[in-house]
Amino acid sequence: MLKTLFFALAVAIGLTLAAPLSAPLFADVELTNVSYDPTRELYEDFNKAFQKYWQDKKKETISVVQSHGGSAKQARSVIEGNEADVVTLALAIDITAIEAAGLIKPGWQAKLPNNSSPYTSTIVFLTRVGNPKKIKDWGDLARPGVGVITPNPKTSGGARWNYLAAWAWASAKYKGDEKAIRDYIKKVFDNVLVLDSGARGSTNTFVQNGQGDVLLAWENEAYLSLAERPGELEIVTPPTSILAEPPVAVVDTYVDKKGTRELATEYLKYLYSDQGQRIAGEHYYRPSNPNILKEFGKYFDLSIKLITIDDPLFGGWEKTQKLHFTDGGIFDQLYTKK
Amino acid sequence: MSSPKKIIPGFGLTMGLTMSYLGFFVLIPMISLAIQTSHLTWSELFKVATDQRILSSYKVSFGCAFVAAAVNAVFGTMLAWVLTRYRFPGRRLIDGLIELPFALPTAVAGIALTSLTTDKGWIGQPLAALGVKIAYTQLGIIVALTFISLPFVVRSIQPVLEELSPDYEEAARTLGASSSAIFFKVILPELKPALMTGFSLAFARGLGEYGSVIFIAGNKPFQTEIAPLMIVTRLEEFLYGQATAIALVMLLASFIIMFLVNRLQLRAASLAGE
Repeated sequence: MLKTLFFALAVAIGLTLAAPLSAPLFADVELTNVSYDPTRELYEDFNKAFQKYWQDKKKETISVVQSHGGSAKQARSVIEGNEADVVTLALAIDITAIEAAGLIKPGWQAKLPNNSSPYTSTIVFLTRVGNPKKIKDWGDLARPGVGVITPNPKTSGGARWNYLAAWAWASAKYKGDEKAIRDYIKKVFDNVLVLDSGARGSTNTFVQNGQGDVLLAWENEAYLSLAERPGELEIVTPPTSILAEPPVAVVDTYVDKKGTRELATEYLKYLYSDQGQRIAGEHYYRPSNPNILKEFGKYFDLSIKLITIDDPLFGGWEKTQKLHFTDGGIFDQLYTKK
Repeated sequence: MSSPKKIIPGFGLTMGLTMSYLGFFVLIPMISLAIQTSHLTWSELFKVATDQRILSSYKVSFGCAFVAAAVNAVFGTMLAWVLTRYRFPGRRLIDGLIELPFALPTAVAGIALTSLTTDKGWIGQPLAALGVKIAYTQLGIIVALTFISLPFVVRSIQPVLEELSPDYEEAARTLGASSSAIFFKVILPELKPALMTGFSLAFARGLGEYGSVIFIAGNKPFQTEIAPLMIVTRLEEFLYGQATAIALVMLLASFIIMFLVNRLQLRAASLAGE
């Protein structure tokens, strides 16, 4: 009897999970946006605004299918045949991988303003309220007794920004002395208590499970945690950090196949409109339009000095990826046995 | 095949179906894995099979899966025993609960177990006071694997126990056997094949488990990194070849272990038959 019940339950759960896969009922056109983990709420709001905009402009009802997951994993799913019209990922290198597979034409990053990044973010510290360990700057992360929580740079796009922000700070501090920089990074990662595979996992470890003294987090994720747990946490914006530019692109092969190029292009362009920019700001992403960024000056510490991945220090994603994160790269060399 | 003395008809049909089924679901994926790996050079395969960090992840995976399967072999047998030999209120409910670890998405199980067993959790806090840490240690991995693989042992043993008549135990007792003698000489030999099956299923499941472990392990290199994580890491870097090579090594190792367990089981069966 109970077994039958469980079987019925399993079938019910299966059907519920499968339901969103079936086609939407009344839409004329469907657009698929393959994105990364923390943008879920941002695109829920943005899609509603865009649907309305498109309805008013073209008298056409569209539906947007959202897909979220780890950035690299999402890129792989597109390469392996997930027919996305647009990709809105965490790192340019993940879109480059789709380009290398021949699905996106070279030169995509110049097609939209700001390296095709409609919004940016940065890495900040999330500490317990009152900041009991007095963590103010990157140097404090290497102090003995400070418990650091970050995802694994090998599996998480966000964590690569964490690592690079720390590297940039150390490079300025030790005037480019590579041995000193490496020692510092090693100390930071020796302080890491739990190395989750993704950003949401780390947030969970730090916020829900109470592990560690400081979480290295996306600015937007930090604000979400703050809103979720009022009075328990505190955001510390270090004097310097890294400018994360999550890029967006139209997947040429798939839009041409489906005939959705115009819609997909307009969708991405709408991210740069005043309304799109404000929606990004409301979700704690830094709008790329400087005027709208100023509107959100009360959230964001605008005095922070932000270094980009194209800074001579790093020389772009391709080079950075190869030097730091590939198999046997600097990160692997540093993060070994204690 | 054309023997006139076939007792059950339809051998040809069922054999054909079995072969195509096995071929489609087991053989073809395995061959595709082998083909993927053939793009690898020997030196790459050698590197993957000898890299210190990957080797220690094999150790963690095989070690924890083995311990978890062993724990389940003992407690799963006990559970199956209680469920078949005693009648008590709520027995059917508990019986139904056994499958729960299968029904629950593994990530949910992992997150729930982690929040229970960290030094801030209900179970973890009192244990932390005693100096025992579960979450973010190998013990945590074992806990997660024990949870997800429990049904295998219980469900393998239960039907055998149900068939096993208490008459044997009573007969042994009237012949003057002690309780432990009854268990080791009468019951255990009957259970052995089922126990072995349950154990190997639990072990195999534990080896491949990713979803739940990833949350509770802490994933620290050389300490709590499991082999499936190393595979996922390679995939994230678009290193398909290396990922396949790690998988291949795991597959070979599991195959050898399964083979040995089967041999052991056959020997036990033939010894019991004598």
